[in-house]
Amino acid sequence: MESKFYEKDKLLVFKINEEIDDCSVQKIRGKVDYEIERCMPKRIVFDFDSVTFMDSAGIGFIIGRYKLARVIGAKIEVTNLSKSVEKIFEMSGVLRLITVSKEVVNL
Amino acid sequence: MKEFFENEMKLEFVSKANNEAFARAAVAAFAAQLDPTVEELADIKTAVSEAVTNCIIHAYESKQGIIKVIARLKEDEIIIEISDNGKGIENINLAKEPLFTTKPNLERSGMGFTIMESFMDSMDVESIVGLGTKVTMSKKIQPKPEEDEKDFLLVAKE
Repeated sequence: MESKFYEKDKLLVFKINEEIDDCSVQKIRGKVDYEIERCMPKRIVFDFDSVTFMDSAGIGFIIGRYKLARVIGAKIEVTNLSKSVEKIFEMSGVLRLITVSKEVVNL
Repeated sequence: MKEFFENEMKLEFVSKANNEAFARAAVAAFAAQLDPTVEELADIKTAVSEAVTNCIIHAYESKQGIIKVIARLKEDEIIIEISDNGKGIENINLAKEPLFTTKPNLERSGMGFTIMESFMDSMDVESIVGLGTKVTMSKKIQPKPEEDEKDFLLVAKE
């Protein structure tokens, strides 16, 4: 996982490069929260372009970050969802809390 | 009477989170014999991942145990059995409900069984408290037109 903060736009982008399951989420969660708390962004974008697999751990992960973002007044966006990732997000209802953006952000 | 299966495989591994990726990749590699689409394969991988994660997080919690995966191919169908000797589920109907989780503090979404049910054609849970749980799922792989057939159709059109 890589991240970049755009100070001017208060935009924090995470590019996830691993399969998302219970195991990988445990590894990246702390790092993501640390970056969010350090940068205090207004917009947080998770780029799923390199995510080849995701199970329900991804839903829990996004809901957890949504709760944190709400505390600091930030919005969460996800982008570059594959068909199967989108199917899981749709099923869970999590898309009511976050935005699916078409915008491609280069790190 | 013993049913005849065209192919079968068994896996046993310890309940470590690192094995989630191994289990779903192994089942997917086995399922590849049925020539599934990318989407069908993603469905199978996700369902296996959910079942195995349940064994690790819920059945054995922080303890270590053995998870068994049996996959069978029968004609155009894959049947997958995932079992543990963990603590068992007290109320299966409640556990199956979308968004129900006993571990919200671990950011579990409570969508595991819902995903297994909707990504596979069938899903059945048997559980005895204190003894363990077995999840059985099946999925039919849709037949695709043969390459030769497609060529033939193209030629016939011309």
